[in-house]
Amino acid sequence: MIQLNLRDTRPIYEQIKDSFRKLIISGAMGADEKLPSVRTLAGELSINPNTIQRAYNELEAEGYVYSVPGKGSFVNGEGVKETGRISELLEQIKAMARELKFLGVPENEIIATVKGETDK
Amino acid sequence: MIEVKGLTKTFDGFKALDEATLTAEKGSVYGLVGPNGAGKSTIIRHILGIYKGDSGEVLIDGENVWENPGIKSRIASIPDDWYYFNSATLKDMMKFYRGFYPNFSMERYEKLKEVFKLDENKNIRTFSKGMQKQAAFWLAISAMPDFLVLDEPVDGLDPVMRRQIWSILMADVAERQTTVLVSSHNLRELEDVCDHVGIMDKGKVLIERSLSELQDNMVKLQVVFDESVKEVPTDIPALHVSSLGRVHTFIMRMNASDATALLSKYAPVLIDAVPLTLEEIFIYELGGKDYAVKDIIL
Repeated sequence: MIQLNLRDTRPIYEQIKDSFRKLIISGAMGADEKLPSVRTLAGELSINPNTIQRAYNELEAEGYVYSVPGKGSFVNGEGVKETGRISELLEQIKAMARELKFLGVPENEIIATVKGETDK
Repeated sequence: MIEVKGLTKTFDGFKALDEATLTAEKGSVYGLVGPNGAGKSTIIRHILGIYKGDSGEVLIDGENVWENPGIKSRIASIPDDWYYFNSATLKDMMKFYRGFYPNFSMERYEKLKEVFKLDENKNIRTFSKGMQKQAAFWLAISAMPDFLVLDEPVDGLDPVMRRQIWSILMADVAERQTTVLVSSHNLRELEDVCDHVGIMDKGKVLIERSLSELQDNMVKLQVVFDESVKEVPTDIPALHVSSLGRVHTFIMRMNASDATALLSKYAPVLIDAVPLTLEEIFIYELGGKDYAVKDIIL
C-alpha cells in the first residue's frame, strides 16, 4: 500500500507520512482503520522500524492517527489539529499560483480551479 | 548494547585503530561507513572477539568479548571472507552452528528453505560466491542472535535477494530487538536500514550520530540572489559553495530553517532547501580532510 521512491530527495519517513496522509485524505483508509504494524511495514519495505515509528509518531502529533498501546495505530476520524502542515500547503499554493501566472493562465481561472476543489 | 571504548590496535607499527569509540544501542541498526582502509573490518573483528586490542575495551552488554563464550554465542556475523569447512554441506554447517548457538532454531532453518533455494546436501564450496553468502545468512538468521555483525553483507547478492534479506532482518529488529552493526559502502541502502551512523577514517570514529540528526544538521540550499548582489557573500558559514550562473548551491552545517533565516537577510529571489543524501554527507564530512573526488585526466 505504500510505495517508496528511492530517487525522491525527501527523507523516507516523510514519504511514508505523505503516503498515509494521501490514503487518509482520499478516504482510501477510513476512520478507525488500523495502520500496518511497524514490524509488517519494516519487513515489507525493508526499512528500519525506527523510521516507521518516527513517521507514525509524527502522524499522531499532527492528528491523522491515534495509537492504542499494545494494539497499534488507527486512522483518526476527527478533524486534524492545526499544524505547520497548513502553512506549508498554503506556501505551495502560492508557488503554484506564481507559476501559473507566469505561464499566462488568467487569474479567474486559477481562482475558479481552487474554488472548485474547496466547494466539493 | 555494543560499546567500543578507546580501542587501539597496531599491526607492525601501523595504527589500524586509534582510540576508536563507538556505541550501538540495543535494537538499533548501526551503519559503519568510511573510506577503504579506515579500520571498519578491524573494529568489527574486535567486536567479534577475533582480535585483541592493544588498549581500550570492547563490551557487549557490559561484558568483555575477548574469550567470552557466553557472549559470543549471542553474536552472529557475516564476515567479508567467510569460511566453510572442507567439503562441508549446508546440513553439516547447520549442525556445527546448532552446536555453537544455544538459541539456534530448527523451525526458522526449515522456514528459510522457502527463501534460500540452495541444495542442502551439496558441498558449499561448490556454490557461487552469492550462493555462499546466502548460505551464511541462512545460518546466521537461524542462530537467532541478539547481535548481528555484518561486514559488507550484501555484496554479491542479487537485487531480489538483498531486499529479501533486509526484509527479514528489519522484521527481526522490530520484533526481537536485534542489534545490527553493518559496514557497507552502499550508502543508498544504508540510508533505508540504519538508524545510527558512524563515520570512520584513519582508525578513528569521527562522527557518530542518529541518521535523522545527521540529516537534520546539514542542508543543501539553492539560492538565487537579487541582481544587486554581485558576489557570493563571504560571511556565510558554508562547507561548500558552488555556482552555476546565478544559482548558488551552499552546503551548510545547520538545520534548514536556520540556514534559510541566515540567508534571507540578503533577500534572495529564490531559496530552496534540499535534504542531503547520506552519500553527500559522507563526501562533505570527509571532504575537508584532503579526501575528495579529484578531477584526474588520464
